[in-house]
Amino acid sequence: MILHPSVLALVGSALLVGALLVYSAFWGARIVQSWDLSSGSELQLALERRTHLISTLLGYVLVFGLASLFLFVFTADSLAPLFTGAMCAAGSLHASRYGYPTLLLQIGGFALAAIWLIVNRADSLGYDYPLVRFKYRFLLALTPVLLAETALRAAYFLDLKPEVITSCCGSLFGSGGRGFGSDLAGLPPSLAGGVFVALLLGAIGAGMVFRISGRGGWLLGALSALSLPVGLAAVVSWLSPYVYELPTHHCPFCLLQGEYHWIGYPLYAALLGGSLTGAGVGVLMPFRSIPSLDVELPAYQRRLAGWSVALLTGLGLLVGWIVATSHLRTS
Amino acid sequence: MIRLQDVRRVFHQGRPDELVAVDGVSLHIEGAKVTVLRGPSGSGKTSLLALVGCMARPTSGRIHVGDREVTSLPEHFLAEVRRRTFGFVFQQFHLVRGLTALENVMLPAYPLGGSRKALVIRAQGLLDRFGVGSRSRARADWLSGGEAQRVAIARALVNDPQVIVADEPTAHLDSKLSAGFMDLVAALRDEGRTVVIASHDPIVHDSTVVDRVVTMRDGRIVGEEP
Amino acid sequence: MKRLHIPTWLERQRYLLDFTLSSLGRRKGKNLALTALYAMVVFGLASVLMYTQALRGEAMRILEGAPDVVVQRMVAGRHDLIPADRVERLSRIRGVQEARGRLWGYYYDASAKANLTFLVPEKFWGKAGEVVIGEGVARTRLAAPGEPFPVLASDGSVVILKVRETVPSPSELVSTDLVLLSEPDFRRLFGVPPDLYTDIALTVPNEKEVPMVAAKIRGQMPDSRPITRAEIARTYEAILDWRSGLVVLVLAAALLSFGIVAWDKASGLSADERREIGILKAIGWDTSEVLAVKAWEGAVISLSAFLVGLLLAYVHVFVTSAPLLTPVLKGWSTLYPSFRLTPTLNPFLVSTLFLLTVVPYTVATVVPAWRAATTDPDAVMRS
Ligand SMILES: Nc1ncnc2c1ncn2[C@@H]1O[C@H](COP(=O)(O)OP(=O)(O)OP(=O)(O)O)[C@@H](O)[C@H]1O
Ligand SMILES: [Mg+2]
Repeated sequence: MILHPSVLALVGSALLVGALLVYSAFWGARIVQSWDLSSGSELQLALERRTHLISTLLGYVLVFGLASLFLFVFTADSLAPLFTGAMCAAGSLHASRYGYPTLLLQIGGFALAAIWLIVNRADSLGYDYPLVRFKYRFLLALTPVLLAETALRAAYFLDLKPEVITSCCGSLFGSGGRGFGSDLAGLPPSLAGGVFVALLLGAIGAGMVFRISGRGGWLLGALSALSLPVGLAAVVSWLSPYVYELPTHHCPFCLLQGEYHWIGYPLYAALLGGSLTGAGVGVLMPFRSIPSLDVELPAYQRRLAGWSVALLTGLGLLVGWIVATSHLRTS
Repeated sequence: MIRLQDVRRVFHQGRPDELVAVDGVSLHIEGAKVTVLRGPSGSGKTSLLALVGCMARPTSGRIHVGDREVTSLPEHFLAEVRRRTFGFVFQQFHLVRGLTALENVMLPAYPLGGSRKALVIRAQGLLDRFGVGSRSRARADWLSGGEAQRVAIARALVNDPQVIVADEPTAHLDSKLSAGFMDLVAALRDEGRTVVIASHDPIVHDSTVVDRVVTMRDGRIVGEEP
Repeated sequence: MKRLHIPTWLERQRYLLDFTLSSLGRRKGKNLALTALYAMVVFGLASVLMYTQALRGEAMRILEGAPDVVVQRMVAGRHDLIPADRVERLSRIRGVQEARGRLWGYYYDASAKANLTFLVPEKFWGKAGEVVIGEGVARTRLAAPGEPFPVLASDGSVVILKVRETVPSPSELVSTDLVLLSEPDFRRLFGVPPDLYTDIALTVPNEKEVPMVAAKIRGQMPDSRPITRAEIARTYEAILDWRSGLVVLVLAAALLSFGIVAWDKASGLSADERREIGILKAIGWDTSEVLAVKAWEGAVISLSAFLVGLLLAYVHVFVTSAPLLTPVLKGWSTLYPSFRLTPTLNPFLVSTLFLLTVVPYTVATVVPAWRAATTDPDAVMRS
C-alpha cells in the first residue's frame, strides 16, 4: 500500500461513488420490479421521484469517473520513481497485475455510464417512460462493472510494492517485448493508422448521412463504437511516434504531459466524446418504433449524430495536424 | 376544456390513517367560463383543484386537459402542461420573499427560456395592467395584501395560460378588495380564459361573474348550479 | 412538448443560474460561512499537496545532478570517512567509467542558527581562502561578495575566508545552504587527513549495470555501502508521500466534519428555503429545474471555495514558504536556512484536490437536494 494523497483521493472517492451506485441500483431493482405507470399509487409516485435522483447520481458518477480516470493516470505517473525501471504511468501500471485491467475497466465503465445517460435522456423524451425497464436493467448490469472497477482500483493500490522491478514505457510499448502493450505497439503502424483513419472517415460520413436523411443509424453506431478501441490502439501503435518524433516511443500516457503541449487532452476528449455520442445513436435504434418516441427520438439521434460528426471531425483534424507537422520520418 | 372521470385522490393509501380526499368525482369544466368549487372545510376543494391544475396525479380515474390525457404523464411533462396551460393564485399569494415584484412575476417563465428583454417587458406590462406597475422594483415582502395579490395574479398570467386556478383567493382580502378581484376575474373571462376558483367566500359564489357553482362534501360533488 | 434547442437550453440555464445567484445572495450569512469552511478545507489540502510536490520537484532536481552510485564506508554501522586508495580500486570495476573522492559535510553556524553544507566541488573555480555561497547563506549571514566569512575550525581556531560570489540555482533547496570551497581549506577546517574522503562518487553510464556494480562493490569491500541514485529517489518519494499521506488522513477528519456540515446545511433547509422551493414547484417548475438550481448552487459554492482555497494555499506555500506546514512535512531540515520553493500548479494537483473535496461535498448534498426538489407541487396549497 502506498500512502500517496492522490491514492487516498482515488480510493476514497471510488468508495463514495460506489455507495451512491449501490443505492441507485437498489432503487433500480425496485423500479424494474414494481413499475406501473397506470397506477397513481404512492409507491409508484415514490419510484418516479427516485428516477430523478438516480439520473442525477449517474450524471455525477460520469463526471467523477472522468476526473478519476485522468487522476488515475497522473497518479500512476507520479508513482513511477518508486519502481525500478518505471519512467511514467506505463511502468507503474505494469508494477501490479491489477494496473492495466483497472485502466481498461475504468474506460469501459465510463463509456457505459455515458451510454446510460444517453438512454436516460431518450427515455425522458417520451411521455410514458418508454425505456424505463430497459434503462434500469441496464443500470443493474452497469453497477457490477463500476463496482468491480472500484475493487480493482483499491486492489491495485494495495498490491503496489515499491521494491517491484517493472518496465518503462519504452519496453512496455516497444515492439520488441511481449504482452498487451507491446502487442499493440507491434501492430503494423500503417495498418493500425489506416484502419483508424478509414473508420473515422466512415463514422463521419455515416454521421452526416444520418443527420441529413435519418438513415444508417446502425452503421454510425457500429463504426463509432469501434473507433474507440481502434482509436486507442492506433494512438499507441501509429500516432504517438508522430507526437514524440521517435519511431520507437509508443506511450499513450506521455501525451498528457506539458512537454507535448497536453495534446492528449483534446485528443482523448474528442475520441471519447465523438465515439460515445455516435455509439449512442446506434444503441437507440431499436426504440425508434415506440409510438411515444417516434418524433422525438429521431430528432434526438440527429443531435447526437451532429455532436459525433463535429467531435470526430475535430479529432480527424487534430490527428492530421499532428501527422503533418511532425518531423518524424517514416521509412 | 378539462374533463375529470371518476377521479379519486387517496392519501396514506393502505395505512390505518388512509384518507380519501377526492372520492369518485366526474366533472366537465367548460372553457371561457368561471367555475367555483364550494363546500365546507375539508371537503376536498383544494385537493380537487390540485388535480385540475395538474399539480398532482389522481390515485385512479382519468383527467383530460383539452384533448390530452394527463393522468399518467411523467412529472416533467405534467410540469410542462402545467406551466403552459395554467396560472395559479394561492390563498397566501406565496410570493418569494427577497425577490422584487417584477422578479416574482417572471419566475414561472424561467424554465421556458426565451429572451429576457421580452420577458421583462411582458411582466412589467402585466404589473401595469393591474395597477401595481410602480411597485415593480419593491421587494415582495414589502407589499400590502392587495398589492401582493395583484402581483400574484400578474405572475399567474405571465405565461399567458388558458386556465386560471385560484384557491381561496379572497381569504385575506376585505370586501372591497374581494369585489375588485371578481372584476378582474370577469376581465379574464372576457379575454376567453377559463377560471376555476375554490372558495367558501359568499362574495365569490354570489358574484354575477360566476357561471357555475359546484358544491362539494366529503370529497364528492353534492350539487351544481345552475 | 416542444423540442429543446441549444439556445433555449442555454437561456434556461442562464435564468436558473441567475436565480441561483440571487437565492445564494438572499442567504448570504449561511452560504458565506459554508464557503469559508469549504475554502479552509481546500486550503489545507492544497497546501499539503503543493508543498510536497514542490519538495519532490526540488529533490528530483538535486538528484538529476547526483552521481549514479555513491560509496560510503561503514564503521560499526555508522558512516565514516573512506580511504583514498579505494578510488583507484573502484574505478577498475567493470561498468564504472569514473570514480571520484568527494569531500562534504555539515557545519552548524551558531551565529545564524542554521545548518550549512560545506562542499568541495569537482573543480573549484575560486582561489584558496575563498568561498562561493548559496543565496540562503547570503541571506542569513548577510554576507556579500568581497566580505569576510569567518568559520570556526575543528581545532577551535577561527578561520576567516572571503566570499567570492553567491550562486543562484534552479533549485533553492540545493544552493540555499551551500558553501563551496577548495579542498585544502576543507581539510584544514574539518581536520580531514589527505588520504581520506567523505565518500566516493561513481559514474556508471549504463543504468542497467548499476545493480550489478553495487553487488560487486559489496563483495569486494564488505565494509562499504553503495547507494544508487534510484534508491535515494525512492526514499525521498516514499518519505514525502508517506508524510503527506498522513497529513491528508488527518485532514480527512476535517473533511468528514465538513461533509457533515454540508449535509446538515442541505438537509436542514430552512423553512424559508423549503417554502421557496414549494412555490417554484407550484408555479410550474419541474423537479429537474430545481435540481439544476441546486447543482448550480453546489457548483458556485465549490468553485469559489476551490479558487479561494487554492489561491490562499499558493500564497502560503510559494510566497510565505509554508510556515504552517514546515514543522510537519520537512522535519529533517527545520534548521535549514529558509528557502523559497519553485511554484508549480498542474492538472494532477487540481484533480486530486477536486476528488478530495468536491466529491464528498456533492455526495453529502445530493440526496438532501433531491429531497427538497421533489416537494409535491401542491404542498404550498396545504400550508
Ligand atoms: N397531503 C395530505 N396528506 C394527508 N391528508 C391530506 C393531505 N392533503 C389534504 N389532506 C386531507 O384531505 C382532506 C381534504 O382536504 P382539502 O384541503 O382538499 O379540503 P378543502 O376543501 O380545501 O378545505 P379548506 O376549505 O379547509 O381549504 C382533508 O381532510 C385534509 O386533511
Ligand atoms: Mg383548501
